[in-house]
Amino acid sequence: MSEKIPPELSLDALKSGNRDEFTRLVDAYSGPMYRMAMKMLGDGQDAEDVLQNTFLNAFKHIRSFEERSSLSTWLYRIAANEALMMIRKRRPETTMTDTSVEGDEGGEYSPLQFVDWCCLPEDELLSVEARRHLDRAIQRLPEKLRIVFILRDLEDLSIEETRQVLDLSQTAVKTRLLRARLNLREQLSSYYSERIGDRIEKK
Amino acid sequence: MTQSAHCKSLLDSLSEYVDGTLSEELCNEIQRHLSDCQNCSIVVDTLRKTIYLYHAITSEPADVPRDVRERLFHSLKLEDYLQH
Ligand SMILES: [Zn+2]
Repeated sequence: MSEKIPPELSLDALKSGNRDEFTRLVDAYSGPMYRMAMKMLGDGQDAEDVLQNTFLNAFKHIRSFEERSSLSTWLYRIAANEALMMIRKRRPETTMTDTSVEGDEGGEYSPLQFVDWCCLPEDELLSVEARRHLDRAIQRLPEKLRIVFILRDLEDLSIEETRQVLDLSQTAVKTRLLRARLNLREQLSSYYSERIGDRIEKK
Repeated sequence: MTQSAHCKSLLDSLSEYVDGTLSEELCNEIQRHLSDCQNCSIVVDTLRKTIYLYHAITSEPADVPRDVRERLFHSLKLEDYLQH
């Protein structure tokens, strides 16, 4: 998605309120927006609300879309804001403690686990149970790290695109990405080193 | 630098190292450290694997379930397009 507007869509038609064109926009982007919301929220109903609000907002504001970013970045931006709002609504008490992420952004995040679990076979690394664990691990990330990881590593946006979506500096994106990745590595290390333990016991 | 200071400085460029966006010079420096620091090697390998696994579970096409798509089209007043 390096082009700002995919060739099959006409921005002029979208801006003039053409419904055929808007339907094409929805079909082109609802998949990634829904996936992003699912990973962010871990709940089908909430993800569906975010999906609907994203395109309602896109519909309403398409005329103010300036081609400074790509259409997909612009949509991710709406969807990310909707998802973050949903999280705040869901757990209003966390908004008070949310600053902790900024507070220790430069702080310690040294690795604690040094088990090499790379040797586990692929079908074990990606078993149904392991996949559930991978999803749960994302949910345990603080949301400011979670959104950066999802955009950069799951949705495959560049650092620059992620920065545009979240209105952050490059440095903040890089720091949060590193912290998210290291946090997930710790969580996965705990999980997979137990699997290695199980294998040794069975033998 | 002491060994642990090397470990610490590697941590800061870890993301860029696994993404392959570091300069050749820094890359070589990291590789030298990795060749005699087992803990850092494990961190690099398992971090790579972590990212790889998440790529693997999202490489499947992002489909919206049929019923979710239907409700989306209704909420956008595009239900007459649902036959497509
Ligand atoms: Zn080291």
